[in-house]
Amino acid sequence: MSPNLDELLSAAQADIAAAADARALDALRVDLLGKKGRVTEMLKSLGGMVPDERKVFGEQVNRVRDALNAALDARGNTLAGVALQARLASETIDVTLPGRGIGVGGLHPITRTIQRISGLFNELGFETVEGPEIEDDFHNFQALNIPESHPARAMQDTFYLKDGARLLRTHTSPVQIRTMLARKAPIRIICPGRVYRVDYDRTHSPMFHQIEGLYIAEKVSLADLKYDITTFLSRFFERDVEALFRPSYFPFVEPGADVHIKWEDPEKGTRWLEVMGCGMVHPNVLKAVGIDPEQFSGYAFGMGVERMAMLRYGVSDLRDFFTNDLRFLAQFQ
Amino acid sequence: MQLSLNWLREWTNPAATASELAHKLNMAGLEAEGRPLAEHPLQGVVVGRILSAEKHPQADRLRVCTVDIGSGTPQQIVCGAPNARVGLCAPVATVGSTLPGDLHIKAAQLRGVDSAGMLCSAKELMLSDKSEGLLELDDEATPGTPISSYLRLDDTLLTLELTPNRGDALSINGLAREVGALYGLLPCKPAIEKAAITSSKTLAVTIENIADCSRYLGRVIEGINPQARTPDWLRERLRRSGIRSIHPVVDITNLVMLELGQPMHAFDLGKLAGPIHVRRAQAGETLKLLTEDTVHLGRELLITAGGQAAAMAGVMGGADSGVTTATTSIFFESAAFAPAAIAGNARRHKLSSDAAYRYERGVDTVLQAQALERATTLALAICGGQAGPVTGAGGDVKRAAIMLRHQKLIDLLGVEITASEVEVRLQSLGVTVSKAGEGAWTCTPPTWRFDIAIEQDLIEEVARLFGYENIAAKPYSAALIPPQQSESRRPAARIRDALVARGWQEAVTYSFVDPKIQARLSPAFAGIPLDNPIAETMAVMRTTLWTGLIGAWLHNHQRQMRRVRFFELASTFAETEGKISETPRLAGLAFGSATAEQWSDKARPVDFYDVKADVEAICAAFGGDASAFRFEAGQHAALHPGRTAALIRNGQHVGVLGELHPELVRSLDLPGAPLLFELDWSLLSAAHIPVAQAVPEFPTARRDIALVVDEAIPAQSLIDTAEAAAGPNLAQAFVFDIYRGLGLRDGSKSVAMGLIFQDYSRTLTVEEIDTQVTGIVAALAQKLGASLRG
Repeated sequence: MSPNLDELLSAAQADIAAAADARALDALRVDLLGKKGRVTEMLKSLGGMVPDERKVFGEQVNRVRDALNAALDARGNTLAGVALQARLASETIDVTLPGRGIGVGGLHPITRTIQRISGLFNELGFETVEGPEIEDDFHNFQALNIPESHPARAMQDTFYLKDGARLLRTHTSPVQIRTMLARKAPIRIICPGRVYRVDYDRTHSPMFHQIEGLYIAEKVSLADLKYDITTFLSRFFERDVEALFRPSYFPFVEPGADVHIKWEDPEKGTRWLEVMGCGMVHPNVLKAVGIDPEQFSGYAFGMGVERMAMLRYGVSDLRDFFTNDLRFLAQFQ
Repeated sequence: MQLSLNWLREWTNPAATASELAHKLNMAGLEAEGRPLAEHPLQGVVVGRILSAEKHPQADRLRVCTVDIGSGTPQQIVCGAPNARVGLCAPVATVGSTLPGDLHIKAAQLRGVDSAGMLCSAKELMLSDKSEGLLELDDEATPGTPISSYLRLDDTLLTLELTPNRGDALSINGLAREVGALYGLLPCKPAIEKAAITSSKTLAVTIENIADCSRYLGRVIEGINPQARTPDWLRERLRRSGIRSIHPVVDITNLVMLELGQPMHAFDLGKLAGPIHVRRAQAGETLKLLTEDTVHLGRELLITAGGQAAAMAGVMGGADSGVTTATTSIFFESAAFAPAAIAGNARRHKLSSDAAYRYERGVDTVLQAQALERATTLALAICGGQAGPVTGAGGDVKRAAIMLRHQKLIDLLGVEITASEVEVRLQSLGVTVSKAGEGAWTCTPPTWRFDIAIEQDLIEEVARLFGYENIAAKPYSAALIPPQQSESRRPAARIRDALVARGWQEAVTYSFVDPKIQARLSPAFAGIPLDNPIAETMAVMRTTLWTGLIGAWLHNHQRQMRRVRFFELASTFAETEGKISETPRLAGLAFGSATAEQWSDKARPVDFYDVKADVEAICAAFGGDASAFRFEAGQHAALHPGRTAALIRNGQHVGVLGELHPELVRSLDLPGAPLLFELDWSLLSAAHIPVAQAVPEFPTARRDIALVVDEAIPAQSLIDTAEAAAGPNLAQAFVFDIYRGLGLRDGSKSVAMGLIFQDYSRTLTVEEIDTQVTGIVAALAQKLGASLRG
């Protein structure tokens, strides 16, 4: 390569490396490779050369041109990177400051528990059904095989309206009666809702929530009931729950049972806790709603929603559900 | 009910510990719990007999006694009890013994007199919650006998919480039957001998209606000793069942009730005006009860004597004919009252009675004669006297037979139980079982089981004794019928989630509220009052959810939580012309800053438009039907008249949204005016099922106009008028700015409106759009007096 070209190349490379910004780099590009640039002029001069000379010189100039192009591009990239870094640095924000906006609320733990229980039964084909909270004696008691003066009425202290006839339902069972009156067997329903009893202390609230299930079909058995309840409890608590069915008495079922589950209490040790009542629907109930007890049988169960929520979430005071203290509710977001 | 386990073991004694027995009973459906009777061993406490009792020389209230404690040397003990007297047997805590409460008994001096030990009351020995003076023991007690063996304190108390169907088990007799069936033992019922009749005195008995009282037996005993004392063994049995000793005759009736399950009553014969007649009360009759309360009777079953009410049958005796310390002749009653005749009577008069508790559940209809003989024998032994012959009326009740089918039992329980096991189980309970063809039996329940009436009752008995735990829970097949799921009803869960995502917290508040506060919030509707509320502040059913939400807000406000957004979805209750309607509503309350305190935006209180945005979001959650919802200026007695909107959907009033009226803020003494909304859930939740439209292919054109109008013209009117005046190409009209002030006359505002034009088949020309804008501006000018801002 001729000394001129060498000098030009090394001088231009030094200039490119020293270019401080994109504008300086552009000026260099024009000076060297622009239409009237020094290297461009050399290429133009090739036309006046003899073939052999042209070939040798042409190759040399082209190599210089390529090298300069590469150097310009590389420097250009470097400068763009520096500029971007500077921009990014200037645009940096404190990402640890909290987001703007309103935050999020939460569902009440009772709703959360009802949704969970209903959901588990919905998947088994139980349809969620609701009913009125102000009831009459027929739907709340008589149709459930609890006639006037039955000692079982003392088990549920009832709120009455002034007319003495209408009352606040003491359980969600009237929904079962209304559904059985309105539909034909087979029936598979789950009934959540508010219920009321005259009782107010640390473990009783005058208003609380129940969720009841009913399954009427041909040849429904106590063994079926045991399977559905045991499975439900294991799904609800997400572990293999040991459940004990103890004979008990509710006028609307026969046979009837209390369900107890084995509970590990960190303070009180292992205990059996009653979680629900259940049984085979009493033939008198089926007759009251026009279902033939010779053809159909069924099971029913009912549980307290607050009780299930207390066990599931470790709530120790029933009253917490109704004071609506945000510090309590926020734990269930 | 509470019973001594030692007593039960005299009747039936399975080889089981107390806790094993309790568990067995529990698993058979009789809720039982056993706990030791005496928690303190009472070592060194012995029977003592007071040999002398002299007044203390220094203290009027104290007595210096010499007491035989069986040691050969009588001890001198100073005692303050008023009943310390010569001859009395009472417990003595000897020197060196320790009493409950860690009281160490030492030889001491009381006001200068030596005292070696302590004479004890029942309370000091933890045998009673309260006591008056020393615990008096039988005269026959042997001094020096340890009190724990004398009173047989090594016992277990069995507490039973029986379900209302098991009245038959409310006695030693009944419990022994059940335990016998569970362990395969035959209870050994102590023989009851007929009492010797040494008097001919009788009182005649008649029954008005055998359906109310199937049998009534009675007996006169004359010449009883009014000074007789209930012996310690009997007192102890009653005490272990939580019954206080009152009078030997009354104590005997209580003992027989606990032992056999037959409630009894004793009348003072001298105070009965004539023969006994069992009949229903007549309206207007009154009776003064043993509690000294006079009750007004309706249709209760009565025991009358000489026509006068003497007792409320099966519930409580009358005060005037009751046994007292002056009584010398008694009339014992042992009757079988029908549950239906007694049920509800005690509750109606707010009485609590062991007799009613048993009669309501059913008392064995053949027990009366045995009980009467048992009571008579005890009375003659304890009180003396001469017994007359038994008089009575009524007879046995025939029990209907029940058909039991083996297959039905297997189907209902879902487990194979063999025919022979079915028979054995039922027979062990006293059911008479006889074959009735292939796979069926005819069963007659025993006279004491009132709860066995149909086939299912028998099946339950078999299942109970077979053990519910032995019925396997296994997967089963059933028809799979998917439930209905309507898409034209929005599920509540979706709206709840929408509100939660927008920062709202769900609350659950009581359905009954304070009528005074509710009347202020919802004066248009009267709340339905409860007949028996638990408190004045929970006395009426709610007509609005706001009362509860305000309560929840205040609870938190008073605890430094100053920003709240509560919502609740629940029923409200109203009565019109005797018909009750329950309307589920969705309500909300917002108070405090618009956003939680933070660094970016300037803090400002939540306002109408914040909450309106949330209500709009709820409306939008009902599918593409948001345009069917309209807000109009509204009125509500509890809301600020200038800041209330009514939500209208397809012409129907869905609810209101607004700021609490300042006058209510003042009168209810609230910390400020919250924003409130309340919407009728049934109108709200009707969901729109979308009908899809093609997406337009051609571009839209936008024109903005600024209109000067009177302040009173609502933005919605401008939009409505523009839409009405425009052709089909106006896709959207909306307000994007409001200006008031410089350049405008007072009482007017400038409203900037965006108009978006669109055609589905082509691109609109400038001329077409200009023509439409001109038409809209003209209509706005004509209808609303709007002028284009220059």
